[in-house]
Amino acid sequence: MKDRIRVLIAKPGLDGHDRGAKVVAKALRDAGMEVIYTGLRQTPEQIVKTAIQEDVDLIGLSILSGAHMNICSKLLKLMKENGIENIPVFVGGIIPPDDAEELKKMGIKEVFGPGTPLSVIVEKIKQLFSEVGS
Amino acid sequence: MKDLLEKMKNGDIKSLAKLISYLENNPEDRFVDELPSKGAKVIGFTGSPGAGKSSLVNAVISELRKEGFKVGVIAIDPTSPFTGGAFLGDRIRMKSHFLDDSVFIRSMGSGSSLGGLNESIFDVIKLMDAFGFDYILIETVGAGQSEVDIVYVSDIVVLVLSPGTGDEIQFLKSGIMEIGDIYVINKSDLEGADYYKSRLESILSLSDIRKPIIKTVATTGKGVKELVFEIKQLLDKFQKNGEIKKRLERRIKKHAESILVRKIQKSMEEINETENLSKLINMVIDNICKNK
Repeated sequence: MKDRIRVLIAKPGLDGHDRGAKVVAKALRDAGMEVIYTGLRQTPEQIVKTAIQEDVDLIGLSILSGAHMNICSKLLKLMKENGIENIPVFVGGIIPPDDAEELKKMGIKEVFGPGTPLSVIVEKIKQLFSEVGS
Repeated sequence: MKDLLEKMKNGDIKSLAKLISYLENNPEDRFVDELPSKGAKVIGFTGSPGAGKSSLVNAVISELRKEGFKVGVIAIDPTSPFTGGAFLGDRIRMKSHFLDDSVFIRSMGSGSSLGGLNESIFDVIKLMDAFGFDYILIETVGAGQSEVDIVYVSDIVVLVLSPGTGDEIQFLKSGIMEIGDIYVINKSDLEGADYYKSRLESILSLSDIRKPIIKTVATTGKGVKELVFEIKQLLDKFQKNGEIKKRLERRIKKHAESILVRKIQKSMEEINETENLSKLINMVIDNICKNK
């Protein structure tokens, strides 16, 4: 029986602001999860390979560059090609409300905008984890 | 499970990754004992936090890849004893290998063990060996003075040091300073590296066994070729003088010990006797014998 949640926190794209990703990573760590942090400027290919090797339960992306639509659609496509489309993906960052809706339609499970309390993020991730089962 | 194992034997990375998780969550399942060894060489890297272990492992992977070897990496970071959570950040230094299909990197929390390794590491090594990696590189948690368990799982231990972190008195202390087969002074472009090396040399010269000291700069790759050369030389020597076999025996014993300790702990939890110490001990032994 699996009880520890493994989460990949990745920062795709070219912006260099990773404080948000670190804040979330720390919050998840303190909630008892194993957080694999891969740092800045990850390509969707790198994220998919890491997710496979680390056998993570969830993938979290931090995107502030505005390229979220492109990055997310590419990532989801690659995940499908590699047979890991069952791993829930959530996104945090500066995402306009209309885009957030689009992302969810695309298959992103949750979008966390600025100001989301960390406790909300932690609870949502636990919920997503229990929905997928293990 | 059987299905995953079959796929893994055929080289499927996803199945290998899933089996590692399975092992971490089901330490009682002994299926790995049936797997044949393919002779992977296990190299342990240890040293204090920030000495450059991850960066050095990254550079060593590059060197081994130049020669076409398949490399598996197990990178361990601390699990919180308070929350059970872990921030696994070693991978971040190994980005350049993320897209190389002949490099497999797996991060692990240290779990509840105090020796700097995760208890399931014995089984994970067996699994990765059966998968067919030529080299398995293990990076311990940032070690203090007494996390020495890496010696029980590796064929060779590389102790990673950096200049400015102590004098002869530190080198004379028991524990981690004793376990290196090869000593690396990383960040050797920093001031004081040569002095540091000469101090280390003077202390190591007090032992009968000559151990190599290598200066590296992991971020530029300086000295890494030499390090890999020394690793191979030493593996060769240990193969010939029977040291590898001795270490393998030591590994098996330590693994058995960790399984037995877990059984004792489990058995203890089920017993409520607290008044009589010898009675408690006998009950635990009885319990283990009954359940096998």
